Amino acid sequence: MIREEEVHILLTDLQEVYGYDFHDYSKASLRRRINRLFALDKFPSFAELRYRLKNDESYLKRFVEEITVNVTEMFRDPGFYQVLQKEIIPLLATYPLIRIWHAGCSTGEEVYSMAILLQEANLLHKSLLYATDLNPDVVEKARSGIFPLSQMKQYSENYLESGGRKEFSSYYTSRYDRVQFDRSLSSRMIFATHNLVSDRSFNEFQLIMCRNVMIYFNKELQDQVLQLFDQSLETLGFLALGAKETLRFSTIARNYKQQDKERIWRKMA
Amino acid sequence: MAQDGLTHTRQVLLIGGSAGSLEVVLQLLPQLKLPAGIAVILVLHRKNSESLLPDLLAGKTMLPVKEAEDKEWIQPGTIYIAPADYHLLIEADKSFSLDASEKVHYSRPSIDVTFEMAAEVYGPSVIALLLSGANADGAEGMKKVKEAGGLTLVQDPASASVSYMPEQAIKTGSIDYIVPVPKLAALINHNLG
Repeated sequence: MIREEEVHILLTDLQEVYGYDFHDYSKASLRRRINRLFALDKFPSFAELRYRLKNDESYLKRFVEEITVNVTEMFRDPGFYQVLQKEIIPLLATYPLIRIWHAGCSTGEEVYSMAILLQEANLLHKSLLYATDLNPDVVEKARSGIFPLSQMKQYSENYLESGGRKEFSSYYTSRYDRVQFDRSLSSRMIFATHNLVSDRSFNEFQLIMCRNVMIYFNKELQDQVLQLFDQSLETLGFLALGAKETLRFSTIARNYKQQDKERIWRKMA
Repeated sequence: MAQDGLTHTRQVLLIGGSAGSLEVVLQLLPQLKLPAGIAVILVLHRKNSESLLPDLLAGKTMLPVKEAEDKEWIQPGTIYIAPADYHLLIEADKSFSLDASEKVHYSRPSIDVTFEMAAEVYGPSVIALLLSGANADGAEGMKKVKEAGGLTLVQDPASASVSYMPEQAIKTGSIDYIVPVPKLAALINHNLG
């Protein structure tokens, strides 16, 4: 069992050796994830975990990927996607070029969901979907557009519940236990690693999606990241958060208007 | 009960349950006499669509009932419900964090996750109650509560509509009281002192 002080030691190592700063992540979540990994990889002691992490760069990758949460799904929260499709995308349609940022995209399921919505609205050709995450391997998975076949039943249900009217399987081809999503969907996606803690704004967007990412941050980091989003949003642009996330208590709140009961806010002039 | 060297001021009442637990919670809540210093945290397995749960419970108690929110301080005198599809974590500073990570025992929220964290943060000032359910979730959490010096109660499996969950907890050897439903409120009230 890793103690709070030991978590702190690991975080300091991570920052000193590799430049990753997890100090403002939720401690409860981090400690739980580190303990889970400690058991999973059968370390005999904290010292051995620490040694491995400091000296084995390939283990660093695994460590960062495992202590961050990479659980996502296509059309997660169908009610949210319904509002996107009915109320937000028609407003985006008026722009000559639609720029969307999926911040903390994980393995990309929500990016492909967005591409499907845009394609069905005949807008994908004039859209750019920037998808970023701090884990390089996860970004590569997102880029590949390959997902487990076993998930497709659930995703298909989510898609239909979101208001999708096509045959969901028309968007992919299956091979054994995996599916490959249509290349036309990923043709407008740009993948990159980006760390919300330490990297800066890199463009202006009309829509930023960051769903179930900020719950893993403490309040200070949440506010810092919301300011980064504020700097990266055009006036009248939209910010979409996870079902239990809010910008209500942040310093940017007064300039934003919630759109619906779903967690979507619009930046006012 | 008088406070002496052996009793701890209780700060948190944890209630966990799955299939068949809601009816027990509805029956229990009106009978609880909660001292002002107690926060109640409920982790019930439920379907996503059951967003009516807070309203349903609010009708059974004078205390405020709400879904736990991310980074919210845990206030005494409040009944919190773990939101559907999130694990409910407890920070060392006694605030909540939500977590959408992998399910535990096929469940999110998982009873184990919240109970284990409550045990770490609140130690001996926890009372934990595990109710009816068809799942092994909660057993490990009860064990951690006991190890941290808290008090552990399960619904008597004989009176549970699904006995598996309390049975699994009893098997850990960490349960202080096995209680039939009609006696639950009195025992909890007595131990909240």
